[in-house]
Amino acid sequence: MKHFTFRTLSLVSMMAVLAACESPSKVAPTAAVPVETRSPVVSAAAAGGTSAGAATATGTPQSGVSTVNLTPRSGAGAGGAAAGSALMAAPTQRVVYFDFDSFVIKNEFQGLLDGHAKVLTRTSGKRMVIEGHTDERGGREYNLALGQKRAESVLKSLSLLGAPEAQLEAVSFGEERPAASGADETAWSRNRRAELKDR
Amino acid sequence: MRRQAQRALPAVQEPTKKTLHWPRRRWLTAAMSTTAALAWPARGQLRVEISGVGATQIPVALAPFREESQVGVALAAIIKADLERSGAFRVIDGEAGLDERSTVDLPAWRGRGADALVAGSVLRLADGRFDVRYKLWDAVRGDQLLGQSKVVLQADLRLAAHRVADEIHERLTGDKGVFATRIAYVLRTGKRYTLHVTDPDGEGGQVALASPESIISPAWSPDGKKLAYVSFETQKAAVWVQDVTTGERRMVANFRGSNSAPAWSPDGQRLVVTLSQGGPAQLHTVPVAGGAPTRLTTSNAIDTEAVYSPDGRHVYFVSDRGGGPQVYRIAATGGAVERITFTGDYNISPSISPDGKQLAYITRQAGAFRLMLLEVGATAPVPLTDTRDDESPSFAPNGRLIVYATRAPGGDVLMTTTLDGKIKTRLLSTGADMREPAWGPFGR
Repeated sequence: MKHFTFRTLSLVSMMAVLAACESPSKVAPTAAVPVETRSPVVSAAAAGGTSAGAATATGTPQSGVSTVNLTPRSGAGAGGAAAGSALMAAPTQRVVYFDFDSFVIKNEFQGLLDGHAKVLTRTSGKRMVIEGHTDERGGREYNLALGQKRAESVLKSLSLLGAPEAQLEAVSFGEERPAASGADETAWSRNRRAELKDR
Repeated sequence: MRRQAQRALPAVQEPTKKTLHWPRRRWLTAAMSTTAALAWPARGQLRVEISGVGATQIPVALAPFREESQVGVALAAIIKADLERSGAFRVIDGEAGLDERSTVDLPAWRGRGADALVAGSVLRLADGRFDVRYKLWDAVRGDQLLGQSKVVLQADLRLAAHRVADEIHERLTGDKGVFATRIAYVLRTGKRYTLHVTDPDGEGGQVALASPESIISPAWSPDGKKLAYVSFETQKAAVWVQDVTTGERRMVANFRGSNSAPAWSPDGQRLVVTLSQGGPAQLHTVPVAGGAPTRLTTSNAIDTEAVYSPDGRHVYFVSDRGGGPQVYRIAATGGAVERITFTGDYNISPSISPDGKQLAYITRQAGAFRLMLLEVGATAPVPLTDTRDDESPSFAPNGRLIVYATRAPGGDVLMTTTLDGKIKTRLLSTGADMREPAWGPFGR
C-alpha cells in the first residue's frame, strides 16, 4: 500500500518537474504569508474594565485592505509536454544561454532552434512560448526588458528558420525566475537564458 | 548634548499662526556625536534603527501617554520614532505621569534641553472607542501650541499616533508630516510573493495580494485608493489595477509580450506603461478604465520605468538609446526627448519629488548600485548612501524623505533617508526579503 502510493507520488512529481521545466533551487516553506511580529492589541475590556455593560464599538477601521489570495495553477503544461514529445520527437534541449549584456544567439544553439522550428512548421496547431531571463544584476524593470529582447531574439531566429510567428509568443521574466541562486558568474551564466516551452 | 549656538527666536509668536519655521532660525551643534543609533526593545516589535545626525534637529520632550499601556499600543514610542525618522527632531524621553491636563513646568523642560513638550492620554470610552488627546507646548515661549482630541476605533490607534506625529511635525516645521500615509512593497518568502500595505514605520502591515508568482513595480493612484502593479500570475508580465479597500482587481495591460512599469497620470485617468508587443520595450499610455494604448516613445531602444512629473506635463523614463540606460524626459503628449542624467553609464529607476525639482534614481558604479539625488537641470548628482545594492527609490509626498530597498546581512530591507542622506532609518523587517517600495499619497 505504502509502496504503491510512493510510486504514484513520484510519478506525479516527475511529471510536475517535466512540466515546470525550471524551479529555483531554494526550498520553499509551506507558510504562505510571513507572520507579523506585532503583538496583539490587548482589549481594554479584558484588562479589567468595569462590567458587562461596557460596549464594544463596531465599525470599519479607516483604510482597511482586502487580501486577494492567488493559488498556484495546477497541472499547467503537463498535458502539452507529454503529447508533443511523444508524437514529434521535439528536441529535448529547450534552453538557449547568452553572454552578459547580449542577445546574440551563439552558433552552438542553432541546431536546437532548427529542431524546434521544424516541429513548429510541421505542426500548425503547436504553440510555444519563449521565456527570456537575465541574471540578477541590475534593475528589475530594465532586466525585464532585457529578458524580452532575448526572447524576441530567439523568436526571430525561429521565424527565420521557417516557424510561423503566429504560433509563438516571446515573454520575459527578467530576473524574477532564476535557475540558479548565487552571486557569481557560475550562477549568473545559468540565469542568462531563454527557455522554449510548449503551450 | 550641549547647544552652543545662540538661538534667535521670532520676535512675535502668534499661537494661531500655522507655521513656526524653527529650523531656519535656530541651529544646534549636534556634530560632536557621530551616531545616534537607536534601537529600543519596547515590546519587541517596534525597532527603529537611525543612523546619522542632522545639522538641525528640534529637541522635543515626549512622555508616555497616560493609560497607553492599558490599551496595548505604545503611542508615545510610535510618535517618537516618527518624529526622529523625519530627521527634523530629536526626542527627549519624559517620565510617565504627565498628560494633556497637567500643569507643566516649561522652564524646567527647557532646562533639560527641550524646545517643545508633548504629553497626552488615551481613554477608553463607554462605546468602546478610544479618545486620544494631547497637547504640544512651546517650552521656550512658555505657551501651548496645539491641543487635540481624536476618537478612534481600537484598530486605528496606531493611525491616531501617526496623525499626532504629523500634526506636531507640521506645527513645528511648517511641512506636512507623512506618518499617516502608507507604503506599499513586495515581500518574498520562499516561493510566495505578497504585496503589502503598511504604515511608513513598516508596522500595521496588511496584505493586498498573495501570489505564487512574482509581483513588481507597485504604483499608488493619486487618490491613494488603488494600486497598479505587475503580476506574473498568468506566466507573463501583465499590468493590473486593484482597489485597495475592496480587493477588486482587473488587468489593464495584457498585450502580446511583456506589459510592465505602470505609473499614474496626476489626474488619475491614465497609466503610462511599458509594452513590448513584438519589439523592444516602448512607452505607451492606456486609459485606466481600459482601452487601446497610445504609443508615447518611438525608438529602437529599450524605453521603460516611466513616471509622470507632478504637473503632468512631462514623463521621465529610462532609455538605453544612447548605449547604457539613462534617464530622459519627454512631453506627456509626445515629441522631443531630453536627456536628464549624464554622470555614469547606467542610471535607472527614477523617482521625481512632489515639487518636480529633484530626481532620485539608482546609478551603477563599479558594480555597486547606489541611490543618487539630482536637481533636475543640474549635472552633478549627490550620492545618498554608501551601500552597494540600492533599488527602487520612492519620494514621500512631502518631498522630505525617500524610501528605497537595499541589501543588508540577512536579506533585503527597506530604508528611509532624508534628502541630505544624514538620517536613515530601517523599516521594521520580518526577516524575509522586502523590495519594490512605493510611498503612497496624503489623504489615506
